[in-house]
Amino acid sequence: MKRVEALLRFIWDFVTGDDWRIAAGVVLALGATSLASNGGNAVWWILPLAVAMLLALSVWAARRSR
Amino acid sequence: MSGPGFGLAISVFLACAVEAVEALTIVLAVGTTRSWRSAFIGVGAATAVLAVVTLALGPALTALPLSALRVVVGGLLLIFGLQWLRKAILRASGLKALHDEEAAFEHETAAARAAGRVDRSFDAYSFAISFKGVLLEGLEVVFIVLTFGANQHRIPLAAVAAAVALLVVVAAGIAVRAPLARVPENALKFGVGVMLTSFGIFWGAEGAGAHWPGGDAALLAIIPATLAFALMLVAALRGPRTSARDEDRATEAVRA
Repeated sequence: MKRVEALLRFIWDFVTGDDWRIAAGVVLALGATSLASNGGNAVWWILPLAVAMLLALSVWAARRSR
Repeated sequence: MSGPGFGLAISVFLACAVEAVEALTIVLAVGTTRSWRSAFIGVGAATAVLAVVTLALGPALTALPLSALRVVVGGLLLIFGLQWLRKAILRASGLKALHDEEAAFEHETAAARAAGRVDRSFDAYSFAISFKGVLLEGLEVVFIVLTFGANQHRIPLAAVAAAVALLVVVAAGIAVRAPLARVPENALKFGVGVMLTSFGIFWGAEGAGAHWPGGDAALLAIIPATLAFALMLVAALRGPRTSARDEDRATEAVRA
């Protein structure tokens, strides 16, 4: 059981890295793009905008914590 | 070679080179201090595990429908790319210490010496540290090779780029017989982070149903825009004022 727990923790750490909010934000942004594209709208801008915001927020949070 | 193919080869080569430099430092430290034989067995075992992971995940990824594949690949590239870029930005702006291979080598060497008596037949410490180091550094490379390669149906090209990087780093390590401290690791990580993030944005959005203005040519705008934004963040983090001079300083810091 402990080994399974350790493996799951390793996978979580491997995917989320130093800031889990980046992984969560990427998943949300991809979901939002997918939902918005169903209406036939131009949705290419959603992901770059989300990525820029995620990166800026993440490095700013790191700066504040130091 | 096409533009995306060239981007694939360069990104995989640089990512693999950076990780290989870090793994080399660990193997050199336990090999020179304790047991080369056990360290090499650890490297071989980790390589075998990485090969199994590649063989298991590769066909699974390529079996996905194109749009699902692009969402998965784009998402993974974005998650890994943003992690690399975040770390490189924090290092370039002075908020995180630069990775120092000589310091890492000294740290690993001291830990290896403190680990007690060396078993001449099989040194478990050398094996475990080499195995763990190569596996952890290699796992990210495997994901990059698989995601880039699967999406363009060019896993062999990605694998060759990774193998060439590995050979170059190992040859350099054998030649200097010391950690490769002069490799500009942060600049490489910055570059790889920009490439992974850019391709992740492009493929992720396409997979989720977006259509890029200009089609594939949009990448020619996404890559420089990502680089410019990352440099702007470095300049902004380094001081309250952002100016052309700060941008120049940020570029120099990334190169350091």
